[in-house]
Amino acid sequence: MTISLLTFYLFSAVILLSSLMVISAKNPVHSVLFLILSFLNAAGIFVILHAEFLAMILIIVYVGAVAVLFLFVVMMLDIKSSISKENILQYMPIGLLVGLVFIAELVIVLINTKLDLTSIQILSNPMSNFVGQSNTEAIGSVLYTNYILYFQLSGIILLVAMIGSIVLTLREREGVKRQIISEQLDRRGKIDLVDVKSGEGIDV
Amino acid sequence: MLELNQFLILSALLFAIGVIGIFLNRKNVIIILMSIEIILLSVNINLVSFSYFLNDLTGQIFSLFVLTVAAAEAAIGLAILVIYNRNAGSIEIEKINTLKG
Repeated sequence: MTISLLTFYLFSAVILLSSLMVISAKNPVHSVLFLILSFLNAAGIFVILHAEFLAMILIIVYVGAVAVLFLFVVMMLDIKSSISKENILQYMPIGLLVGLVFIAELVIVLINTKLDLTSIQILSNPMSNFVGQSNTEAIGSVLYTNYILYFQLSGIILLVAMIGSIVLTLREREGVKRQIISEQLDRRGKIDLVDVKSGEGIDV
Repeated sequence: MLELNQFLILSALLFAIGVIGIFLNRKNVIIILMSIEIILLSVNINLVSFSYFLNDLTGQIFSLFVLTVAAAEAAIGLAILVIYNRNAGSIEIEKINTLKG
């Protein structure tokens, strides 16, 4: 039992348990926290698989941005956690049926199949091209050359998502008093210039 | 020694947990969005483990794009949830029946 095998089992056990807690916790805030735990352990799995850059991206983007966004929304929406038991039991059979059939199919296939990975000769970016480079360097040298179009497309997807969520949540409120400085400073049409003759004065 | 099948079984179990979460949950839509995140995480584990065992970098690149799309999807989904909660006053799935579906 090597140390990597042991860490793999540790990480995967924590991932599976915390994912189960995500879907079964009563309080949505606890669900988000278990989701964060699950992401952290997935980052550990990625480190075992020598994908250090993706592990760090998973922590920064998922734990730092997406999970915190979930946490904000869960706390902002103030969901009442009043759940009746019968609703859960009502959908339990179909959910367990679909899930168990899915698990059974995949596990049967995976246990009975022995993939011969050495026979696959269609590698497009073999690791032997990146000997002596770190994982980040290797990803950068491929991502910014062969996959530059996809990289820019994903940038456009993020831009559309950003504009979309801003447009969706923006609202104009009626009757809000706010200061408009240009109107305050504008003198046009608001003052009269009068030629006053000497010794006569004017009526105000 | 670590084998590919172990990672694939982990990923399959994680995917199944996500699918079960979508079916079981009747409380609020946020848990369903989290289940989708779990499913995407399992797909990422699958891609990265194939990348490692095939000695090919392409899986990691693809996993990066999956991460991007997942982040965009989470942002849009949560924005829709916020405005739905503002308009309807609740995000319980049982009460989302405007379309009579």
